Amino acid sequence: MAVAAVKEKIASQLQDLQKADGSIDPEEIVAIVESIVDSIEGDMSADGLKVYADIEALALYINTARAEIADLRPDDINDEHLPAATDELTAIVGATEQATNTIFEAVETIEALTEKMPDEVADQISQAVTSIFEACGFQDITGQRITKVVTALQKVEEKVEALLNAFGDDIKRSDRPKKEPEKRTTTPSGAPARPDEDLLNGPQMPDEAISQDDIDALFG
Amino acid sequence: MSTVDMGMPILIVDDYKTMLRIIRNLLKQLGFNNVDEATDGSAALQKLRDKEYHLVISDWNMEPMSGMQLLTEVRADTKLKELPFIMITAESKTENVIAAKEAGVSNYIVKPFNAATLKTKLSAVLGNF
Repeated sequence: MAVAAVKEKIASQLQDLQKADGSIDPEEIVAIVESIVDSIEGDMSADGLKVYADIEALALYINTARAEIADLRPDDINDEHLPAATDELTAIVGATEQATNTIFEAVETIEALTEKMPDEVADQISQAVTSIFEACGFQDITGQRITKVVTALQKVEEKVEALLNAFGDDIKRSDRPKKEPEKRTTTPSGAPARPDEDLLNGPQMPDEAISQDDIDALFG
Repeated sequence: MSTVDMGMPILIVDDYKTMLRIIRNLLKQLGFNNVDEATDGSAALQKLRDKEYHLVISDWNMEPMSGMQLLTEVRADTKLKELPFIMITAESKTENVIAAKEAGVSNYIVKPFNAATLKTKLSAVLGNF
């Protein structure tokens, strides 16, 4: 093949690669590398030999990486591991909610009985009941924290899916059908689904949150 | 002497039923017994337009209409714009509090909270009781 034709072919392949929307097939890279190698004809200089060796090493590296990723069974991450983790976390929220409601039922029964108690005892019971209600706020907070973790897992799921698409079917060893991704809280373009989405940070870690006193200070 | 009407109708808004129950019971402990509930901003807005309430206590992060959106709607409504509105939320970043204050919130309580904090904030908004 004439040098000009080879250059034109390789340029065309590189242009196709540039047009890929983030999902580059490693096979395409290998094909381009092979085109370059095939174009090298005749006696090669020392520099030419080095370039040839580097290109060959690059092709080998890509194939090895693909094989190693396949061994990790990335399809299992989306098919089994992430859904299982999400289910477990959802179950935790459900279990704590159920337990909290059971506590409420018991406490409300105790509180109703205070009407039949001497005032001094009833006051002490009421204070204890109030403390229990305050403490049960944990269910709301843990629920929101777990929801944040589930959202993070969904992001990981998206990235793994993109990786699987980039490396093609040969690393998808499983024949199991893919699960549809969960509903996202953002639009496909990444824009917030609600006007105040960018302000919704959820419960903060203690060193990142401001105190009630700080909030009071903001209110002057 | 207390000038607060302890029988005033109060609307509490939260998508977690356990939190609604906690706030209702804490309000009961403080002497407020006329309490209605809603589980998101749009349901709350409908209730506010159907019945006269003297106070709204709302969570922020709810679907489909958040507490912030509810606050904005309330402040934009000629009949509701003066309604006392307390936000009780886990959203505890400074930017959240400032945004809520700029939107016209009457006071702001961070979860988890206790009955004493609730009483203090109610007093600040309604007067001592």
